[in-house]
Amino acid sequence: MPEYTLRIRRYDPQAGEAAYWDEHQVELGERSSVLDAILKVRDERDGSLGIRCSCQQAICGSCGVRMNGKPGLACNTHLEEAARRGHGTGWNPPEEGQRNTLITVEPMGNMPVIRDLIVDMDAVHWTKIRRVTPWLINKEPVPEREYVVPHDNMVDVTQTMACIQCGACVSDCLSMEIDPLFVGPAALAKAYRFVGDPRDAEQFERLKDLSEDEHGIYDCTHCFNCIDACPKGVDPMSQIMRLRRIAGSDHEIKDRNNGYRHEHAFVKNIRRNGLLHEADLLPDSYGGKLHPNAVPELVSSLPTVLTALARRKVTPAKALLHQHKAPKEVKRIFDEIEGREERVELNLYVTGYEDAPEHAEGEHGAGEREPPEESSQPEPSVPSGEPEAPTGPPDKSPTYPGPGEEGSERDERSERDESGDSPSESEDA
Amino acid sequence: MPSHDVLIIGAGLAGQRAALAAAECGATVAIISKVHPVRSHSVAAAGGINAALNPEDTWESHAFDTVKGSDYLGDQDAIEIMCREAPGEILWLEHAGVTFHRNESGHLGTRAFGGASAARTYYVADITGHAILHVLYEQLMKQGQLVDRYEEWFTTDLLQDDHGRCIGAICRNLRDGQLEVFNAKTVILASGGAGQVYKPTTNGLIVTGDGIAQAFRIGARLMDMEMVQYHPTTLAGNGLLITEGARGEGAWLLNAEGDRFMEQYAPNKLELASRDVVSRAEQTEINEGRGFEDGTVALDITKVPRRRTLEALREIVNIGRDFAGVDITREPIHIRPGQHYIMGGVKTDTNGLTTIPGLYAAGEVACVSVHGGNRLGANSLLDTLIFGRRSGEHAAKQAAQIPMPTTPSSRVDETQANIDAIVGREPGGRRIAAIKDELGEAMNEYCAVFRDADGLAKAHEIVRRLKEEAPKAAIDDRGSVFNQDVIGAIELGYMLDVAEAIVVASLERKESRGAQFRTDFPERNDDEWLKHVDISANGADVPKVSYSPVTITRWEPEERTY
Repeated sequence: MPEYTLRIRRYDPQAGEAAYWDEHQVELGERSSVLDAILKVRDERDGSLGIRCSCQQAICGSCGVRMNGKPGLACNTHLEEAARRGHGTGWNPPEEGQRNTLITVEPMGNMPVIRDLIVDMDAVHWTKIRRVTPWLINKEPVPEREYVVPHDNMVDVTQTMACIQCGACVSDCLSMEIDPLFVGPAALAKAYRFVGDPRDAEQFERLKDLSEDEHGIYDCTHCFNCIDACPKGVDPMSQIMRLRRIAGSDHEIKDRNNGYRHEHAFVKNIRRNGLLHEADLLPDSYGGKLHPNAVPELVSSLPTVLTALARRKVTPAKALLHQHKAPKEVKRIFDEIEGREERVELNLYVTGYEDAPEHAEGEHGAGEREPPEESSQPEPSVPSGEPEAPTGPPDKSPTYPGPGEEGSERDERSERDESGDSPSESEDA
Repeated sequence: MPSHDVLIIGAGLAGQRAALAAAECGATVAIISKVHPVRSHSVAAAGGINAALNPEDTWESHAFDTVKGSDYLGDQDAIEIMCREAPGEILWLEHAGVTFHRNESGHLGTRAFGGASAARTYYVADITGHAILHVLYEQLMKQGQLVDRYEEWFTTDLLQDDHGRCIGAICRNLRDGQLEVFNAKTVILASGGAGQVYKPTTNGLIVTGDGIAQAFRIGARLMDMEMVQYHPTTLAGNGLLITEGARGEGAWLLNAEGDRFMEQYAPNKLELASRDVVSRAEQTEINEGRGFEDGTVALDITKVPRRRTLEALREIVNIGRDFAGVDITREPIHIRPGQHYIMGGVKTDTNGLTTIPGLYAAGEVACVSVHGGNRLGANSLLDTLIFGRRSGEHAAKQAAQIPMPTTPSSRVDETQANIDAIVGREPGGRRIAAIKDELGEAMNEYCAVFRDADGLAKAHEIVRRLKEEAPKAAIDDRGSVFNQDVIGAIELGYMLDVAEAIVVASLERKESRGAQFRTDFPERNDDEWLKHVDISANGADVPKVSYSPVTITRWEPEERTY
């Protein structure tokens, strides 16, 4: 059996000492889980090693940790997978051509550590969950029997219902790192669970609340970390984007954070230019260059612009004169989508799995299955949303017509393909 | 010192349902759990929840199926209550927000389940327990003003007054190790089963029989403890559960020769016979050499349309992929019977009241007995909710009539001394995990699908020896913040008490009924054994055995075939 080195982050608040690394050699099969290895250490060598765990089948949500820098459940992460797929801090890449056997195990991020691998979920995660009024507010009158609601609708909210509250998405939420008050991926996914539930009476109120909150739905920067982290395919970011779409398009909620206007400015910008013209985006988000609200925003973004110029991220010519014009194809796509009577929510959780996918069986090992390849729209919005994040104000990137759903496709893929972390790797570099 | 009308220990489905019901009756309520409520093992219940809600179905049919499933050991008055109240409970859950599966017309849809004469299992994909548990927790958050939650508090002792009435508990805050007396007019145990007594088991690491042992230690009677359910479809090795929903959706069981062997054992219901019957059939195939080399048979889920599997059995697709490396939509998966549930528990009446005044029990910790010799799939969620609610309501009404008892806070000193003794143990004892593994393996060998007197006697010997070793087991953690080592030591003691009760009861029942199959007494014997085996504590000695009658209302015992 292969041997792995577990480097476990230890912390005992009663010892009066800083956290430290504790190393153990563990011999276990490569399909054994990281939790198996941790429990082996605890059972056989050191009973003081603290970790919450129970079901060992990825349903109770207790054992969220970071393994080689990546958050997830220790119980459904295979040792070999953990050794290979690290990223971020705590990841020790092997020498060229060497096989990595070192697995660091740390407590999750964005939450205070109580002891060893045990974090204070209540102080952060559950407090945020409670923030979103996490219970059904019944539509009146409550029927004598069940509410009659469409089948697909129930499957759709079951996606967010499938959240096990493990905290993996909270652990690596970049927005929360910058703004600890951000409601965050898990709680916003929980919010969608009610917003998307046709039995709930307060869809508008919930969305209004989360749009107006400056730490609400427009505080997400589209980094995909939560989608990558989620062990249950809940796709928190996709749910946040759906909240935005429903708030903006169905309810026209013009929030004071300017999320709504920014979104529309972005769409307009792309429609016109094909490629994002950043110099227009900010003023347009505030009603145009001459609008009284836009002036202070423009002034306040000057340092960012100057820094970007100094670092040659942009040139004055590029910044001011955007020569790119949208090709006909872009306009056609816009016309097609905007011409639809109803917005199409492509949710792969509901629709994504067709019988007998075309590609060869067993090609990628047991678990591989790909949804039908159809939409390839995410490219324009996703990369263009990213560069904003490190420099500009909180991202208010566009959502029409649906990078969110695309996210679930990515998630399916990266979850199954053990070597592919592609969607988020660039952010973490 | 916290004082409440109703103190609930355990926050799975039964505990949370009890808390909501008691609060609705106007009682002050505290709910205590050693883990965060949504980590409770109810979360792992997969397949669904039974109710005769469909107009073509009747509660009598549901009740008869349950009686028959119990091999006529279930108490029919309790079964009638459960089945009659089931439809209302489903609707209550639906209104509270559970995202139950809908059929094409948008109404609640059902799936077939084992031992049932109609498709009456309501479900949320294969995460039904999870979906209901999280919705109850939503309701608990909503009732935050009415219900005090003590999350990650471990109960060490139940308290009694001079008349033997239960008047609260002592609990340890895992965050800092502090002990606290909780005064209560009534106490409801809802702390779940005892799967960790077995290895392997489908149950989580937290399922250590705490409540069963705590009640037993203060003199409560246990009942039907010999009735331990082996689920027909668990993964070899790690024992993870593959939901009965798979067979409900149409999966087949095949032996290594490719035969659909259930045709011989249950020609009518086939894979959907009751669990004891299917598990025994599988074990017979394996024992007689028609299983695979790894001691398994195959579950062929490819019979279910792939799209349906991916929608309705999502979780076991993941389990197959992550824990067995098998794509269940494309190939059969190897399974075998594995410990899953204990029908027995703390004996209660239909209001959840145990034989100790002031002490209630509901859910897997309790034995009403609605499951008798064998529980039907999707009846356990129902049991937790119906009897959780009834306990909560009854306890709240009782509490309204009595004054608040008090226990001197110095009572914690005694408990503190016990904990200090554990923390201060001399090094050099066996490891807790080693003792626990030996226990689990012995139970799984001698007290499983097939049993006999010799094996059970061996198991008893092992349990008695481990009971001597356990108090000296090695402790590494001397701290007080999340000291899981100390909790593990206490839980080990609980597990050994429960194990002994199981073994003693199994030895006592000299017949084969439901989950208890004695190869030395292979027939059911209604003349002598149509009665419950009760177990009660007897100091440090082997527990005492007594009997109580089975309540029969309208279904006389008949031969049981599927």
